[in-house]
Amino acid sequence: MIDHILNTAEKLEPIARGKEISTLLAGKVLMLLFFEPSTRTRMSFETAMIRLGGSVMNLGSVEASSIAKGETLADTIRVVEGYADAIVLRHPKEGSARMASEFSSVPVINGGDGAGHHPTQTFLDLYTISRESHLEGAKIALAGDLKYGRTVHSLCYALSLYGAEITMVSPKELRMPAEIISDLKRLDIKVKQTDSIEEVIGDVDVLYVTRIQKERFPDPDEYHKVATSLQITPELLENARPQLKIMHPLPRINEIDPRVDYTPHACYYRQSFYGVPVRMALLSLVLGALE
Amino acid sequence: MTENTAAKHELRVRPIENGTVIDHISAGQALNVLKILEIPGSSEGVVSVVMNAAGAHGKKDVVKIEGRELNVREVDRISLIAPNATINIIRNFKVLQKKKVHIPEYIEGVVRCMNPNCISNTMEPVNSKFDVTSEKDRILLRCKYCERVISENIAEHLL
Ligand SMILES: Nc1ncnc2c1ncn2[C@@H]1O[C@H](COP(=O)(O)OP(=O)(O)OP(=O)(O)O)[C@@H](O)[C@H]1O
Ligand SMILES: [Mg+2]
Ligand SMILES: [Zn+2]
Repeated sequence: MIDHILNTAEKLEPIARGKEISTLLAGKVLMLLFFEPSTRTRMSFETAMIRLGGSVMNLGSVEASSIAKGETLADTIRVVEGYADAIVLRHPKEGSARMASEFSSVPVINGGDGAGHHPTQTFLDLYTISRESHLEGAKIALAGDLKYGRTVHSLCYALSLYGAEITMVSPKELRMPAEIISDLKRLDIKVKQTDSIEEVIGDVDVLYVTRIQKERFPDPDEYHKVATSLQITPELLENARPQLKIMHPLPRINEIDPRVDYTPHACYYRQSFYGVPVRMALLSLVLGALE
Repeated sequence: MTENTAAKHELRVRPIENGTVIDHISAGQALNVLKILEIPGSSEGVVSVVMNAAGAHGKKDVVKIEGRELNVREVDRISLIAPNATINIIRNFKVLQKKKVHIPEYIEGVVRCMNPNCISNTMEPVNSKFDVTSEKDRILLRCKYCERVISENIAEHLL
């Protein structure tokens, strides 16, 4: 299932790059219901739909809508399913997409549900790893805020399907939740934890960096210390494998030195581009345009 | 303790003519069973509670209710907090029927999700929904919406 999505994305890549014109989803309407700000997810869904010849409708501003008047999500969904062939929902409450799907006769794609899931991000992360490195048995380090970052949580579970070896690099305040570590061990995944990026940099195929939020640290000095100790610099990368790829869900603040952007290791801009073919694949499949 | 005093002790709980005995309740859960059955308030008859009685597998609680039989919804709820309980229907002072509680695989509208940010804890027109699994003597409830697991103090989350 996941592999099928990734293979489909690869086939659609020329269309995502504008090298081929497609009418695969001509006449189809995608409704974007974003109850929370998002630029990347929203724009890449729009681009994906338009590249495939379909159209996009937007919720518009929440303040000006019936939602501000207290309409339930269930009612909003029952109305907009009549306007669209599929819905992408980004909502602050966990479980919102699953609930929406109970009220919708058209497919609902979860575009992020609070601290819950963001599955299309996970698909694009997997796609990036498969395109830029390899998924099967990959040695991968996750660095940064592993405690609150839902992206890395979902990614861990997804990687476990491919027998990855995962090293968790984070300050002790921001460790991967213990339940996730024990789930991974139960799935026979090799997991290591450390707070030193130097220790692992020479030993991995993929380094996935996430942002550490200042707000997580009551003491600004402590934040600064932690952020600096995990910063990715060209000097650090001198010890890296030549084929190491660095990923980041973006936006980046200062976790990655801008000089790294010009090294062959950087793949975070391509990663964000890959969001387009991956979402094209998902849309074509849920709308039944591809098998 | 001699036989004699033990026997006197037993007599403190008087036998019921018609009603229900909920036996083998996990020790400490008797009051929660009463809460589920909305006792006092929902039953006219005498209700007796035995706590910390010696059972075959350690301590147990027992609840005896005169003149009442339980419905499926009540038994389902009891099974979550007392998975080893038996429901004995008493007719004419005798045990007419004995059933072990059955732990349902799925429950709807029975407990509240403990995740305050779960969509089921909002004004949305949905019941809470959980998949139920048991692991050794523990019951795990996984929210169908947000996937948060309740594994302890289930009684506190009953709706
Ligand atoms: N007429 C009655 N009034 C009150 N309690 C009763 C009455 N008859 C039986 N009980 C109680 O109901 C429970 C089940 O009775 P039963 O005679 O089946 O006991 P048991 O053989 O020990 O059952 P189990 O194997 O389930 O423990 C016991 O706790 C018993 O004390
Ligand atoms: Mg007995
Ligand atoms: Zn929930």
